[in-house]
Amino acid sequence: MRRTPLPADALDATDRAILNALQDGFPLTPHPFAEAAAALGLDEASLIARIQRLRDDGAITRFGPFFDAEAMGGAFCLCAMAVPAEKFDEVVTLVNAHAEVAHNYERSHALNMWFVLACEQPRDIARVARKIEKETGLSVLQFPKEHEFFIGFRVLA
Amino acid sequence: MTIDATDRRIIAATQSGLPLAPAPYAEVAGWLGLDEAEVIARLAAMQASGVIRRIALAPNHYALGMVANGMSVWDVDDAQAMDLGAQVGALSFVSHCYLRPRARPAWPYNLFAMIHGSSRAEVETLRAQIAALLGDACRANDILYSTRILKKTGMRLTDREG
Repeated sequence: MRRTPLPADALDATDRAILNALQDGFPLTPHPFAEAAAALGLDEASLIARIQRLRDDGAITRFGPFFDAEAMGGAFCLCAMAVPAEKFDEVVTLVNAHAEVAHNYERSHALNMWFVLACEQPRDIARVARKIEKETGLSVLQFPKEHEFFIGFRVLA
Repeated sequence: MTIDATDRRIIAATQSGLPLAPAPYAEVAGWLGLDEAEVIARLAAMQASGVIRRIALAPNHYALGMVANGMSVWDVDDAQAMDLGAQVGALSFVSHCYLRPRARPAWPYNLFAMIHGSSRAEVETLRAQIAALLGDACRANDILYSTRILKKTGMRLTDREG
């Protein structure tokens, strides 16, 4: 995934309108691009071509349905550890070796390692966390989500 | 809602994206040996039940200049946490917003909100907006910036049976 900003002239006003409009509510109808294009004052073929180009240029990462991971089954838990600096690299290796560790970030805090466990079954979360504690000799704090709020996040293009 | 094997096949076929074709659902149906109407109906049912959050494009916020982000964390009065969390989640610059258990004494925070901005200074300005919104209901807060990605793998559904 592209992690650097696009040049200022990479997007025109129509591209920006597409990016802003299609962050929700793509139609579930036989000709959804035609419908979405009409709302933007475009024709179907040019909307499809522009989305293709935006994807090729890295302005969008994905186009399609966004699924709730838990609704599809599986269990997820955010975990954190306070890892002493001199052991950090060793602990990264031990933690990342678990396939259940989906992502792992170093963060600026006494709790300096934050990772997500993604497991098939809820009981596997505690099992993997205990295993990491045993291997590293450090506590794994578990922060399961108690409530997820609806997100109004919009990137203004 | 429980999803069945056909739903799972539709998820597996579309989780990396919809085909950019005039009749994308018909195309997916063709791959799976289903009717277009059934694919549309099943996607609609999954959207209604929350299995699908939205059908949309995901802007690459890095490409659009939002290169800074921080995990803001808040110790919010439990009695008000649901109501205030909903208000924080609704902000346009917050991409994830959760209530999680505290782990005192190391961790007094129960509300987590991921903030995105064009610079760390902007993220701090946005964090101050959240602090103002929470007011006296918030006893303490912090923000954790990621200093390194140590691992990043997609969480992808392949096939439950497979």
